[in-house]
Amino acid sequence: MTEAALPQSRRAPIREATAWDRLKTNRNWLGFWFMVPAAAFLILFLAYPLGLGIWLSFTDTRIGRPGEFIGIENYEWVLGDRKFQDAVFNTLFYTTIASIAKFAIGLYLAILLNHHLPFKAMIRAIVLIPFIVPTVLSAIAFWWIFDPTFSIISWTLKEMGWRTTNINFLGDTWNARWSVIFANVWRGVPFIAITLLAGLQTVPPSLYEAATLDGATRWQMFRFITYPLLTPIIAVVMTFSVLFTFTDFQLIKVLTNGGPAGATELMATMSYNTAILGGKIGEGAAVSTAMIPFLLGAIMISWFGLQRRKWQQGED
Amino acid sequence: MASVTIRDVRKAFGNVQIIHGVNIDIADGEFVVLVGPSGCGKSTLLRMLAGLENISAGDILIGDRVVNHVPPKERDIAMVFQNYALYPHMTVADNMAFSMSLRNAPKAEIKERVDKAAKILGLEKLLERYPKQLSGGQRQRVAMGRAIVRDPQVFLFDEPLSNLDAKLRVQMRTEIKELHQRLRTTTVYVTHDQIEAMTMADKIVVMHDGIVEQIGAPLDLYDRPENLFVAGFIGSPAMNFIRGKLGSGGFLADGGFHLPVGAAPAGSDGKPVVYGLRPEHIRIDSAGVPAEVVVLEPTGSETQVVLRAGGQDIIAVFRERLTAKPGEMIPIAPSLPIAHLFDAETGKRLVA
Repeated sequence: MTEAALPQSRRAPIREATAWDRLKTNRNWLGFWFMVPAAAFLILFLAYPLGLGIWLSFTDTRIGRPGEFIGIENYEWVLGDRKFQDAVFNTLFYTTIASIAKFAIGLYLAILLNHHLPFKAMIRAIVLIPFIVPTVLSAIAFWWIFDPTFSIISWTLKEMGWRTTNINFLGDTWNARWSVIFANVWRGVPFIAITLLAGLQTVPPSLYEAATLDGATRWQMFRFITYPLLTPIIAVVMTFSVLFTFTDFQLIKVLTNGGPAGATELMATMSYNTAILGGKIGEGAAVSTAMIPFLLGAIMISWFGLQRRKWQQGED
Repeated sequence: MASVTIRDVRKAFGNVQIIHGVNIDIADGEFVVLVGPSGCGKSTLLRMLAGLENISAGDILIGDRVVNHVPPKERDIAMVFQNYALYPHMTVADNMAFSMSLRNAPKAEIKERVDKAAKILGLEKLLERYPKQLSGGQRQRVAMGRAIVRDPQVFLFDEPLSNLDAKLRVQMRTEIKELHQRLRTTTVYVTHDQIEAMTMADKIVVMHDGIVEQIGAPLDLYDRPENLFVAGFIGSPAMNFIRGKLGSGGFLADGGFHLPVGAAPAGSDGKPVVYGLRPEHIRIDSAGVPAEVVVLEPTGSETQVVLRAGGQDIIAVFRERLTAKPGEMIPIAPSLPIAHLFDAETGKRLVA
């Protein structure tokens, strides 16, 4: 009787796993589908425009007229163009000076903020402000600061009796170059300062205590302990900084639009002006494609020159 | 080498006083261990000695020089940190040579000193490695090597073994002690582990809440603890404290049983006291106090037993193997003629 009462039929027999079952539980298959949205996004908005840009640089496309493949004609024209050579010089000058200044000031600020200061949290927040403000907004602010008539700097200097005339910040070749570099440094310093500060905070305090007992001065501690331990983060942050500065567009576009007489024309603004405003899409694309070797070079330097040091390897 | 004198030293962080007047005399070549629970101020005291913390009041002397305001590097001391504080981007050799290269010592002299220290510690084959490529014990040795290279007047150790596993700890303990016997450099060693203190020290300083509870040779502290804190801190498992009264018949526990006290302190009749009984000083005696076996913990070499008598738990350690089962009664008695008696109010040792 009891045997008959057992609900034997309720337990379904274990069936063979179908191909679909296996697929459902396969982590690689699932992982692939998780990756698809991100990959689609990257392909659509990064890889496709990049590929299209490179392709366009080999055509004679103009606005309103699909172009034809013309080989490296655009590059021949661009390389021989005096304006392009100036833009390359301006971009290299702008990137080099601004990156060095941003690194020096950023490192100094990071070290300062790593000490126990009164109102530390507030000072850190203030340091971040230039980074938070949209670039165009800060560019407009600098535009006013550098205004030939209403510049607050000129006004202050005149009030203090140090000058009698206004400074022509954006109208003079070298003044304009230094002014845009100043604005770029102002904007780029927080990123470097905060990142390096994060790096500084990973250095164990006991290392400094050990160095104190070993007889190191403050400078020696920086030179022999802080700096070497910070190099991996410096490498990363400076690579990013160089890439961002090299491709800078917004600040220049708003402040000088490449002027005066092309003194602050960077490769990015030249590409835009040629392709979009001048309508010569093929040539413009060639200008921006010409940035790629420079950027790859910067990445290679940081990759090979500053890659993981020997002391970072090995087990923990 | 030098002696170290700590005279009425105090330390306050803001309004909070951490160290309340500490006096310690450390002879030249002595191995002194500062021991106490976390937060007792032992590490702070060591850091004051190193010059990493200011001294709020009192004097610290190294040799006969007051070093209160002498910067750390001029105190001629070397310190081994709990986390070793090795420079991760320098090789073992560079770590050990760092202090000398800062002083622009000649290369040949640096090499000679580093090689000598490496030889003492068996690090010759590891000199070109980075700290990450070393095991915990090897890093510990490099940290000691860094101290040895400096040939200081005083070695300071701040809980150097607490990051190591149990087996390595015992091994390094022996190595440090052997090193001290070889170099004979004055050493101040901080630990919270009383076994480390007992096994390594020439002299132990027991600290608690910023005061020194007792200073003495390890066995003095074990045999004659001056108060309940030291009695409970030194020895493992910890001493049993049985509350009760002294009377004409000896000690009468609150639980209603008697224990012999040897010579009772004069004029202590009826006084509430604490009877200290070390677990290893309990023997089985058919005339003793009947106690119920609660838990048996055999460790192989000995058997640890939790007993209950008169409502109090008593831990006993027997060298022999016990056949008793939980729930059984066994009669126990103290195996020493002299009992540890403490005043129940002040916690001070009562002397007959």
